[in-house]
Amino acid sequence: MKRRTIYRHKLLPYLLLAPQLAVTLVFFFWPAGQAIYQSVLIQDPFGLRTQFVWLENFQIVLTNPVYLESVRVTIIFSTAVTLLAMAPALLLAVMADQVVRGASGYRTLIVWPYAIAPAVAAVLWLFIFHPSIGQIGQGLRTLGIPWDYRIDGQQALLLVIFVSAWKQVSYNFLFFLAGLQSMPKTILEAASIDGASPRRRFWMIVFPLLSPTTFFLLVVNIIYAFFDTFGVIHALTQGGPGRSTTTMMYRVYRDGVINLDLGGSSAQSVILMTAVIILTVVQFKYIERRVHY
Amino acid sequence: MTSIGQNRWLPHVVLILGVIVFLFPIYVAFIGSSHDAPTIARGEMPLTLGPHLIENYTQALESGEGARVRGTPALTMMRNSLIMALVIVVGKISISLLSAFAVVFFEFPGRMFFFWMIFITLMLPVEVRIIPTYAVVADLGMINTFAGLTIPLIASATATLLFRQFFLTIPDELVDASQIDGAGPMRFFWSILLPLSRTNIAALFVIMFIYGWNQYLWPLLITTSRGMETIVMGIVKMIGTGDAQTDWQLIMAVAMLALLPPVMVVFLMQRWFVKGLVDAEK
Repeated sequence: MKRRTIYRHKLLPYLLLAPQLAVTLVFFFWPAGQAIYQSVLIQDPFGLRTQFVWLENFQIVLTNPVYLESVRVTIIFSTAVTLLAMAPALLLAVMADQVVRGASGYRTLIVWPYAIAPAVAAVLWLFIFHPSIGQIGQGLRTLGIPWDYRIDGQQALLLVIFVSAWKQVSYNFLFFLAGLQSMPKTILEAASIDGASPRRRFWMIVFPLLSPTTFFLLVVNIIYAFFDTFGVIHALTQGGPGRSTTTMMYRVYRDGVINLDLGGSSAQSVILMTAVIILTVVQFKYIERRVHY
Repeated sequence: MTSIGQNRWLPHVVLILGVIVFLFPIYVAFIGSSHDAPTIARGEMPLTLGPHLIENYTQALESGEGARVRGTPALTMMRNSLIMALVIVVGKISISLLSAFAVVFFEFPGRMFFFWMIFITLMLPVEVRIIPTYAVVADLGMINTFAGLTIPLIASATATLLFRQFFLTIPDELVDASQIDGAGPMRFFWSILLPLSRTNIAALFVIMFIYGWNQYLWPLLITTSRGMETIVMGIVKMIGTGDAQTDWQLIMAVAMLALLPPVMVVFLMQRWFVKGLVDAEK
């Protein structure tokens, strides 16, 4: 990244960097440091005394069945959201890639849900899945299904998964379509001449060639499911009924904002940070090498 | 990828089904915003337009108060959302342009150190450090201010990396030529670099505007007064416990108003939106 021509000034580059560094230091490094610092302290209930406790907060968090339950919910939730957001997106992208006329029209009509906030998406679907006034909610009850996501934990989980995935399909669609359109057409034509069926061509050629896109989207979707879906859960179920839709992110919010357990919440934040860093490093190092280009 | 023997209509059927799944909730929300509360509460809302459309939107925009919902006027919330989104966009783009300019065009001690310091912020979304960041903002007395609402979200590396990537493609000859003509670094920045970055700025504008407008958890923590509420969080507050007996027609009107601006931005600036999305994740 070396340039041949560069400016030599003593002060100017630091002045140029100053705004970004100031914001980063005050609102990124300081709070991140605070989180790590708080995570090794325990405060008494009145906030009068704090005690240094090494990793006790982590031990408390990681042996707490309530927290472990949120880990389980997070794993189920993010796996389901990722699959449900990626598979239909791939199908739609493959179809849009085959359309000769009107392809850009379809793209426009599929891409826009990206612009909807997760919380607003939740409100829209809440109105539809509401057990007594929603079009689908009522329909399900007419069919004899006892649909009420406010009392049935599994239905609640299904609903937050569905809404979260619905919002993310358009993002994945865009990347899959871009991947498909940049694919070398000659290989596909050669396979076609050799008599490979469309299905075979897809699984033997197109899908492996798409793998960089797929893996990239896998990480992005997991991170989306971890954090951006907070709005969906908060608007739809508030983590309930019981704790059936309380993900790790929702737990951080509950413990930090509602239960005011700063040490525990900070320890959870540190655990989440570690998870994200591992995911990102995996994305940059491991996957880039293993994926077939 | 078209070939003989494949169904010609299958892609269209699948795509139209997909489009319907995406449009359906918006359609229902729009219909919902045109009926009155009793019709909806009885569960008898038809899927055709009702007679109360203008009345509901006027009520939502001007007072936000229904028989059971006590909301903030949508006009106030939309203004707050707009200010928040624009400050975040302008802030992110300006500080990123400057820092990318410093990192690419200058040689100074600590350059790589500062670059990595910015780069590492890429990894952690604001949600992960939400509670400690909130504590910092509270310590600085920035609760219930637009500064508290926006400045912490301006700290992000995506835009810096994007501009750095673009600046690296600018030929050295251009810098040489400007130096020969007697232009200093800031003159070069204003007269050459900025105009060249126009498309990148437009692309980032679209992505960051959506990001800013759609913020939820952060305004939920930072704003405690009615007058500061943004529309995305305001609408969730309106739902309350989500009973059948509430002013759903108002909630749906506000939902339409909440999603309209970012969706319009995507529609009107689609070319830059796609570019921004793809570039930002590189």
